Amino acid sequence: MTTNKEVKILAIESSCDETAAAVVVNGRNVRSNVISTQIPVHTLYGGVVPEIASRKHVERVNQVVKKALDDAGMTLDDMDAIGVTYGPGLVGALLVGVSTAKAIAYAADKPLVGVHHIEGHISANYIENLDLEPPFLCLVVSGGHTHLVRVMDYGKYEILGRTVDDAAGEAFDKVARAIGLGYPGGPKVEKKALEGNPEAIPFPKAKVSGNAYDFSFSGLKSAVLNYINGAKMKGEEINEADIAASFQKAVVDALVDHAMNALDEYGGDKMAIAGGVASNGAFRKAMEEACRKRGVKFYRPSPILCTDNAAMIGAAAYYDFMAGKRDSWDLNAIPNLKLGER
Amino acid sequence: MKILALDSSGLVASVAVVEDETLIGEYSVNYKKTHSQTLLPMLDTLAAMIDLDLHTIDAIAVAEGPGSFTGLRIGSATAKGLGFALNKPLIGIPTVDGLAYQLAGSGNLVCPIMDARRQQTYTGVYRFRSQSEMEVLVEQCAIGIDELVDKLNEIGEAVTFLGDGVPVFRSFLEENLKVDYDFAAAHQSRQSAGAVASLAMQYARDGKMVDAADFRPVYLRLSQAERERLEAEKRKEAENGAEES
Repeated sequence: MTTNKEVKILAIESSCDETAAAVVVNGRNVRSNVISTQIPVHTLYGGVVPEIASRKHVERVNQVVKKALDDAGMTLDDMDAIGVTYGPGLVGALLVGVSTAKAIAYAADKPLVGVHHIEGHISANYIENLDLEPPFLCLVVSGGHTHLVRVMDYGKYEILGRTVDDAAGEAFDKVARAIGLGYPGGPKVEKKALEGNPEAIPFPKAKVSGNAYDFSFSGLKSAVLNYINGAKMKGEEINEADIAASFQKAVVDALVDHAMNALDEYGGDKMAIAGGVASNGAFRKAMEEACRKRGVKFYRPSPILCTDNAAMIGAAAYYDFMAGKRDSWDLNAIPNLKLGER
Repeated sequence: MKILALDSSGLVASVAVVEDETLIGEYSVNYKKTHSQTLLPMLDTLAAMIDLDLHTIDAIAVAEGPGSFTGLRIGSATAKGLGFALNKPLIGIPTVDGLAYQLAGSGNLVCPIMDARRQQTYTGVYRFRSQSEMEVLVEQCAIGIDELVDKLNEIGEAVTFLGDGVPVFRSFLEENLKVDYDFAAAHQSRQSAGAVASLAMQYARDGKMVDAADFRPVYLRLSQAERERLEAEKRKEAENGAEES
């Protein structure tokens, strides 16, 4: 392989409620990034319904893949490999992307690279930060995941901590429901919090015994629910904006604390965030400030690359591809795939 | 005309290639391995055995449902991916029709029964006018096994059953049928991509093909969440109606 050859990857992502495809060149140059979201459908149910998500993926996948190639001005023939998310995620949803990607790769005679969804989120940081290379620390925070990860090298990860119960984004969704904001909770709580006082209600910071880097958000969520019920029993009006702001602050504080503790212990001069919650303005600002104070360079993807997307899968697939990773036609969807498992 | 067919609607994973009136190859496995791990490797093996150049295929046929939701998705997504990459149209074959075609030429009525859980079956009733010409008497549907028996007793003709519902409903059929009946032999009793391809050849001649992008499976059932939402809405409407009157 010549060193200056462009490696073009068509990537497909369908692990939850976004059907997505992208064309990425050399892991960092995004030529197209198509996302077909199902949020309006799932809003009717107050959350993602796996069976509906899976059905929608089947309906949309070809159009999304075609648009990704068209937007990039390329054809399937131009691709060097097909990358696809094979876990973790909703099994029925994952299967659509995996089956489609395998069939496309097989029929077009292209190598297939299965990608870990969280590795994709982390790799989203490579796209807009050409200077970013491992090692660095990364906090992955989304509706399904909360991981504090040491990125040792491309494709090499060490998990320092993870949530022992709810993911941070899940807590956002539940609190949003409790104060009547609806689904999806993340952006709605964030918007409401702008009108509120983050110091108004001292929600407890979650403590986890055992691993100092693990997270717990279920206690915080319960504290919010108890606060609301308590106010109702006393006939007091609740201030949704203050609840949203105070809850958000408690989550952000826990996330930032853990990240800074990890910097203290492991050193390094680079800290990144990733995942859907990484698009939360309060979280971005708090991390940025904390990193600046320590003279640590802070990386975060644009919001469009924080949400589930295929460009990030293309970025991760590139480094796997260059490392020689190839998957065979029996690649299966693995809903509980662990980070670092290969 | 060359057709590649896939059927992963039930426990069987099956791939076949038919060229005009000839079945060139078929690979079927009725084993517990997941279709996501078997279907494409089976196609790969079959293609190698018959020196298949995928680009020479005219259409890709797939058992469109009903069946296992997961199985339908694997089959559909695979067919759609192949259709996209090869730029070939898809032919959706109703799963129950494909099953019935296993018994092409039967003198009896043919009644596939698939276990649809909750005492229901995905079924249909078919008659063969000739060795290859199939007439649909009852279109594929999801109904109670008791309802099916009533229909068959009403039609009043000898019938042959096949499908994975046979072991599940056999004793109920034996106790309640008033017509002559029997059961298909082992090699004809489950889904087969050969039958799907063979039936698809007729669809292709009739121009019944769709763009791969537009193809979607036929589940015959809503998701549980949708069912519950619609039921709740109906209850609400009924309550509102009662209040108004």
